[in-house]
Amino acid sequence: MKIINMIVNEKPVEVAIDERESLADTLRDRLYLTSVKKGCEVGECGACTVLIDGEAIDSCIYLAVWAAGKRILTVEGITKPNGELDPIQQAFVDECAVQCGFCTPGLIMTAVEIVGSGRKYTRDEIRRLISGHLCRCTGYQNIINAIERVVEETHKVVSK
Amino acid sequence: MYDIKSIYEAKSVDDAIKALSGDPKAVVICGGSDVLIKIREGKLSGASLVSINGLEELKGVSLDEDGTIVILPATTFSKVTGSKIIEKYIPALGFAADQAGGPQLRHVGTIGGNVCNGVTSADTASTLLTLNAELEITGPNGKRSVKLEDFYEGPGKVKLSHGELLTAIKIKKPDYEGFDGCYIKYAMRNAMDIATLGCAVHVKFDGSKTKIDELRLAFGVAAPTPIRCYKAEAVLKGRTVSEALGEIGSLALLEVNPRTSWRASKEFREQLVRELSGRALKEAAAKAGGVSS
Ligand SMILES: Cc1cc2nc3c(=O)[nH]c(=O)nc-3n(C[C@H](O)[C@H](O)[C@H](O)COP(=O)(O)OP(=O)(O)OC[C@H]3O[C@@H](n4cnc5c(N)ncnc54)[C@H](O)[C@@H]3O)c2cc1C
Ligand code: FES
Ligand code: FES
Repeated sequence: MKIINMIVNEKPVEVAIDERESLADTLRDRLYLTSVKKGCEVGECGACTVLIDGEAIDSCIYLAVWAAGKRILTVEGITKPNGELDPIQQAFVDECAVQCGFCTPGLIMTAVEIVGSGRKYTRDEIRRLISGHLCRCTGYQNIINAIERVVEETHKVVSK
Repeated sequence: MYDIKSIYEAKSVDDAIKALSGDPKAVVICGGSDVLIKIREGKLSGASLVSINGLEELKGVSLDEDGTIVILPATTFSKVTGSKIIEKYIPALGFAADQAGGPQLRHVGTIGGNVCNGVTSADTASTLLTLNAELEITGPNGKRSVKLEDFYEGPGKVKLSHGELLTAIKIKKPDYEGFDGCYIKYAMRNAMDIATLGCAVHVKFDGSKTKIDELRLAFGVAAPTPIRCYKAEAVLKGRTVSEALGEIGSLALLEVNPRTSWRASKEFREQLVRELSGRALKEAAAKAGGVSS
């Protein structure tokens, strides 16, 4: 076992880990952040996507020991303490971008990175930016609609 | 949980070399996007890992006084693409790095890992070949320098002795100044797919912009390792773009040796070699302002 310190969802945490575990293992099994899903565990599906220092990565192919000293963000960290949804989550709801929901947390985290860049994107650029995610249900259109909408809205706010 | 025997997080390059030298079976891990997958597949199970993942001294892109571009191996694909230096001087390499996997993968996969895994499909390899990239290798006995093309030994095999690390990728000024480039990745999907074939071109014109002064052509997945087509390059020197476009495909075919795999047949790959070499030259020439008549 090894003790690591990281900042998870804005809170400092100290956690004892097995050096063989992935960050997805640690977040799910030790910190109970079960929004982090495991679909393939080989970096193909994006279900385990979290932000590390602002960058979206597949936490299934990221060793937990590497996360020491880093800032990790999961879906649990973007929901307001009173349970109110983040505008990105709300857009996914409004645009019916969720069916079974397994791919959703990962896609939301990629959307957080996209929206956080403060840039505007074409629909094709959004398609490319979410290409590291597989969704077996929705056919992607509503997911792109949702992200497009938040990007638009954020851009309006930023450029005001 | 990964089937790993142990992981040692190196504190510096020297420390990593020491750790490797002390364990003949230890495997280097950087971004882990090849090594961890192999462990999952059981091909490297029970490995002892020496991690260079956190080493800041191996990250970044810089420009030396003499104009040499120095890319440190632990620089991720997305940081290669995002580098102002790459964008300004060798944008084709930034584009090539942006073709690997998907966005999350590009935040972890490194250019050094892409070179050291020795695979023919590595997306940055063919473009690096057209830039005459030189590798700085550091080992227990100090540093040595090797040309990228001499680094490849066979499929998945590179000339790296145990205990050695790739510590820099260098591109000299005469190898990029005046050149424009293009990389075309042909794959079955637009993202998250390994190249069926990759083609890279860098081209430089003479003063009048009509004749090719220097052409460099390289392929991935057209042979057991990424390869350059020197003979075709020599023939096409001095030609106009339209002359070269008529010949490049058939010349390239004389130097490649693609094989049939579950992804594509040898014949299909040969067709891709013929077609993509022309397209890549056309695009690179257009960027270079080459007059195509
Ligand atoms: C889902 C997925 C999709 C992918 N898609 C693509 C793709 O489209 N195109 C592509 O080219 N690749 C792709 N890859 C493969 C991989 O991401 C790249 O090859 C990447 O560049 C590997 O870098 P890394 O740092 O993660 O490698 P690691 O796994 O850390 O290392 C790779 C190899 O290089 C060695 N090594 C690494 N750094 C050094 C060093 N500095 N000195 C000595 N040895 C070193 C390691 O020992 C190992 O043998 C994909 C991988 C995954 C998981
Ligand atoms: S579970 Fe990590 S990418 Fe599929
Ligand atoms: S909603 Fe079911 S996988 Fe995307």
